[in-house]
Amino acid sequence: MKKIVMSAILASFLLLFGCSKKKEEEVKVPADTGKEIKAAFVYVGPVGDGGWTFAHDLGRQVMAKLPYVKDVTFIESVPEGAESTRIITSLAQKGYNLIFTTSFGYMDPTIEVASKFPDVVFMHCSGYKAAENVGTYFGRIYQPRYLSGMVAGKMTKTNIIGYVAAFPIPEVIRGINAFTLGVRSVNPDAVVKVVWTQTWFDPAKERDAADSLLDVKADVITMHQDTPAPLQAAEKRGAYAIGYNSDMAAQVPGAWLTAPIWNWGSIYTQVAEQVHNGTWKSEQLWYGLEHNLVDMAPMSKLVPEDVQALVNEKKAQLASGNDDIFTGPIKDNKGNVAVEEGKSLTDAEKLSMNFLVEGVQGSIPE
Amino acid sequence: MIEILLYATIKAGTPLLFATLGAIIMERSGIINLGVEGLMLVGALTGFSVAYTTHSLFLGVMAAFFASMAAGAIHGFICVYLRGNQIVSGLSLTMFGIGITSLFGRSAVGLTIHGFDRTPIPLLSKIPVIGQAVFNHDVLVYFSVALVVCIHLFLYKSRWGLHLRSVGENPAAADTSGVNVNLYRFSAVLIGSGLAGIGGAYLSLAYTPFWVENMSAGRGWIAVALVIFAQWNSTRALAGAYLFGGINAVQLRMQAMGTSLSPHLLMMLPYIFTIIVLIFATMRLEKGSTPEPEALGVPYDREDRK
Repeated sequence: MKKIVMSAILASFLLLFGCSKKKEEEVKVPADTGKEIKAAFVYVGPVGDGGWTFAHDLGRQVMAKLPYVKDVTFIESVPEGAESTRIITSLAQKGYNLIFTTSFGYMDPTIEVASKFPDVVFMHCSGYKAAENVGTYFGRIYQPRYLSGMVAGKMTKTNIIGYVAAFPIPEVIRGINAFTLGVRSVNPDAVVKVVWTQTWFDPAKERDAADSLLDVKADVITMHQDTPAPLQAAEKRGAYAIGYNSDMAAQVPGAWLTAPIWNWGSIYTQVAEQVHNGTWKSEQLWYGLEHNLVDMAPMSKLVPEDVQALVNEKKAQLASGNDDIFTGPIKDNKGNVAVEEGKSLTDAEKLSMNFLVEGVQGSIPE
Repeated sequence: MIEILLYATIKAGTPLLFATLGAIIMERSGIINLGVEGLMLVGALTGFSVAYTTHSLFLGVMAAFFASMAAGAIHGFICVYLRGNQIVSGLSLTMFGIGITSLFGRSAVGLTIHGFDRTPIPLLSKIPVIGQAVFNHDVLVYFSVALVVCIHLFLYKSRWGLHLRSVGENPAAADTSGVNVNLYRFSAVLIGSGLAGIGGAYLSLAYTPFWVENMSAGRGWIAVALVIFAQWNSTRALAGAYLFGGINAVQLRMQAMGTSLSPHLLMMLPYIFTIIVLIFATMRLEKGSTPEPEALGVPYDREDRK
């Protein structure tokens, strides 16, 4: 008897927590009516991460305000790989007609599931594979990265800047390169040291990585990670901090300079509107400062006014569509010419970037 | 450089050490707890929230201990008194911990506190190299090392420790000799869960003084594995926790210094060590002495006694 009671308790626990994360909708709306939007988001981290997923969720909330958007659900902390295939499939089966998958690792699962649900529109963030009903979207975050690099280059005294990076994928590498080019555009003597954490989400490890950079005399810390941990390490040691994803000035007031940030809401409302009107077609969207999808967090008081003016001038140029960040001559950090003088990298080349520019100390792990 | 590495190693190993010690106490009594990850999260959030509202880090640590103890009591009740399946109960405790801390942690995201500062030990911290690396930590680090000694003395030098071990090895025999098996097991789960909670609080109060969901990032699972690595021995737990923490600290610093050794290779090392330890443990097993508590994972029911 006791065993039965216990099993019942456990089963109810499992049910409770198994269901707590999703809001299920029973009514199935045919996708081809194209009027009402039932959207679903698949997140790689928890919405409370204060970083990448948090920024996406702010965008989701903006989109949810559209009148024809009937339901906007999300599933958080979905592991990349087989598990995500299962989750995306179940969302499509439940009648969601617009599904956003918001991490690089969902690329193949998204393509795979999309082939089975031709009436559902899929939007995959940060990948390069598309299909009839799969579009991709991403932002030119490298533009504000370049600008924040200019700030770092002006602020460093030791001429060593520390960069805590997650995984060696093109997105992260592009950010490091743009940042370094920004640094060197105002301070050709400065170097950017890179440490890879091999994780998107482990605050203690991210902090440790920042500490290891501070130990080798870095006096500005920036990151491609999702928590403010590296920034806290910088503040503790009296160094400057440049964040990522969202404005974290309040969390590290003594160190904060600025951050490249995301405004996902703009692109989410645009896609929802297109699907609603029936004008959506598979595209590879890559918007920059000109669409306000990416931006710079306001520069703090620690950044002198002349530096702010310099950075704002460059920002205005980039926002006008004149993006010359990856225009040659650019050397890689092994001394080879990566981009010849007078040439610029195409978007395809930027999206598959696999070299580090001159000025970066570190290597791409095999 | 050595002192920086040692310092980082000890710091990175400390949350693992607390959690591993907690798990050792529980498993010594015969109760497996796979809920350590969840308990760490409960401890991390409670510790942070209480420290944030009361401005007292000490109260934060205490609150973490008692909150995780309360969460662990669920596991204790199911496993000890209902004689439930310990694996299932532990797993649901982890899910419970992740779920409830996500739910109640929303409002704590983005807040900051001033975490534990270094408290150098007078005189000892003046010793070259070792002084800065070992005797210039925050108080929780010293506490964790003191705990290793206390738990060792408790297990091997005290009557209560003997009882606890006997309950884990052969509860029927312990029962016959007048030891209250259920009380020992339940108390061990309470204390052990509380320690896992302090491990979590170390993350949110000392390591990275803020709260984000899932911030333990799998350390609870490493702790469960470390118990086996440590062969249910608190002093070996110290070595194991510092080894796992240290490899991480070393590989990050080697990158920062620009060495070209593959980080993947270094990250593999602790697991290779674990395999080696397991091989040695199994070899000893054949000789008839196993460090694993004999009754681990087996519910005890006086009525079933053979």
